[in-house]
Amino acid sequence: MTTQYFLQLVISGLVIGSIYSAVALGFVIIYKATRVVNFAQGELLMVGAYVCYAFLVQMHVPFWAALFLTIGFSVVLALVIERLILRPMIGEPIISIIMVTIGLSLVLRSIVAAVWGTDILIYEPKLFPQETISIGGVPVSLEFIWCFVLSILLLGLFSAFFKFSKSGVAMRAAAFNQQAAQSMGISVKYIFGLSWVISAVISGIGGVLIGNINGINTSLYHFGLKVFPATILGGLDSILGAALGGFIIGILENLSDGFFKSYFDLSGVKEVAPYIILVVILMIKPYGLFGTKEIERV
Amino acid sequence: MHYCGDFRTTYEKDIEILQTPTTRIGVAAFLVFLVVFPFLVKGEYLWVGLQILIAVIGAVGLNILTGYTGQISLGQGAFFGVGAYTTAYMTTKMGLSFWVGVPAAGLVTAAAGMVFGIPSLRLKGLYLAIATLASQFILEWVFLRWEPVTGGSFGIVVPRPSIGGYVFDSDRSFYYLVLAITVVMVLFAVNIVRTRTGRAFMAIRDHYISAEIMGINLFRYRILSFGISSFYAGVAGALLGHSLKYVTSEQFNLGLSVSYLAMIIIGGLGSILGAIYGAIFMILLPKVLTVLTTKLTMLIPGAAGLAIAMEQGVFGLIIILFLIFEPDGLAHRWRMIKVYWKLYPFSY
Repeated sequence: MTTQYFLQLVISGLVIGSIYSAVALGFVIIYKATRVVNFAQGELLMVGAYVCYAFLVQMHVPFWAALFLTIGFSVVLALVIERLILRPMIGEPIISIIMVTIGLSLVLRSIVAAVWGTDILIYEPKLFPQETISIGGVPVSLEFIWCFVLSILLLGLFSAFFKFSKSGVAMRAAAFNQQAAQSMGISVKYIFGLSWVISAVISGIGGVLIGNINGINTSLYHFGLKVFPATILGGLDSILGAALGGFIIGILENLSDGFFKSYFDLSGVKEVAPYIILVVILMIKPYGLFGTKEIERV
Repeated sequence: MHYCGDFRTTYEKDIEILQTPTTRIGVAAFLVFLVVFPFLVKGEYLWVGLQILIAVIGAVGLNILTGYTGQISLGQGAFFGVGAYTTAYMTTKMGLSFWVGVPAAGLVTAAAGMVFGIPSLRLKGLYLAIATLASQFILEWVFLRWEPVTGGSFGIVVPRPSIGGYVFDSDRSFYYLVLAITVVMVLFAVNIVRTRTGRAFMAIRDHYISAEIMGINLFRYRILSFGISSFYAGVAGALLGHSLKYVTSEQFNLGLSVSYLAMIIIGGLGSILGAIYGAIFMILLPKVLTVLTTKLTMLIPGAAGLAIAMEQGVFGLIIILFLIFEPDGLAHRWRMIKVYWKLYPFSY
């Protein structure tokens, strides 16, 4: 494995990891605030990507307008999902919540397939410049760099939101102790809705970024399944952990793939590596790098 | 004479499986129906009946793990695959017969389930669900890549079983074979949940700390539960492979795991009868949808593509609606209906 190959793997890992981070961040926001395990996170990304495609390519709206319309659509979708499907499930056992979000993911997937079909669709005009530049002797496409920078920006923006804004602080309070938050005048219902909205918007933007780089098809929801390795590694209820976990999983899956390909001639390790990492973490450190350890009292 | 209310005067009465004459007649009638079923229908309907029987085995097994022991498994589909590949490998590459292959499939899958169940020592609830999700993906990957054993993406062609000179090559003869196995497996499950082991499972589900204080070895019973459940999955997977005569990795994806979880939720968690209802419901649903969509296509030409895309969506929607409006499942609803009529006209 040459240094250049290694660097190339790390850089493409960082780019894909930035999308994992964005989706994992959305997942953690919902889990932290509402204790809902969202198996439909990848579908939110997919819907965002397709809706942006509809505005941009099918209706010829300029990109920035299309982005804002997509965000608006994500907001409405999140509110509808939260109100109609997740609100009645409050207090139900974990298996029901898992199954209801899986059901939701099937519904969203089939709606997308029914409206746009299953072929690969390409964004036109391309938003990002197509040239490549060289970093340490490794050629990197400029759109990768744009995608990476924008995801970092997004992560920074939402970290600042949680740290400084009134709603962000209220969300953290509700996540910490719902009853106490409610008695301080925070509307927990509002927080639940807000966390779904933020999560859907982040995933939707992630979808738009992926759409600009790769084009979109109905297997985009696979990004949603990668949130589990990422969030378990970082800690299920840690926002910083989700962001870091996404990057680490992105890099690790690329490196292990390259490693097995060059030394053992074994291809396809990429698909399974994140889950092996996931099992190992669950065995040795189930609450991840930054997660809160659950304490049970009898 | 059957008095108003439900009471017994001896312990022997109390441990009977079929408590009342009505249930005895009902179950007997149902068994007779199952036996004559292949003569009443043919072709595709018989095939659906066969699929339901196999699904019942898998759903009952999953319900022991998830409904009775309270451990969510998103990997049941992959364990089906382990069973199917085991019997496929044994019957085609090692030259063993079906009668060795299917029990061996059960045992190998039980062993695999126990290995993947080890995380349940430390994990539960959500974390265990995610661990089993990981095992699903890891096993799927093994099915696709371990070509010397699994045949890779080409899969393996599996023969129908034979005994003496007789080959179970028609769907009707194979149906009877599967029916016999299903009845034995269901009876076994009904009895497991009445024994010390089954009670231990339920105690762990209801409150695992109390269960441990009462002297139940948590690790042993959790692993045992994984083992039993995987044994059922392995047998069901093996029968599925022999019925389709073909085993390939795409059959055993996450979607299969999800549909089995849906079966036990729709039927009723922690109820053998519920698992049976759920299996029937979930196997019939796509068939009914196909019939409906062909009708729809005749009315509106061009709706076929749309209908195919929406089939998964309808499946998802039904899961959502059941969870919101009928979270205790069909078994619970059936009990409510029975109670209503038992107390009629004083039911309220």
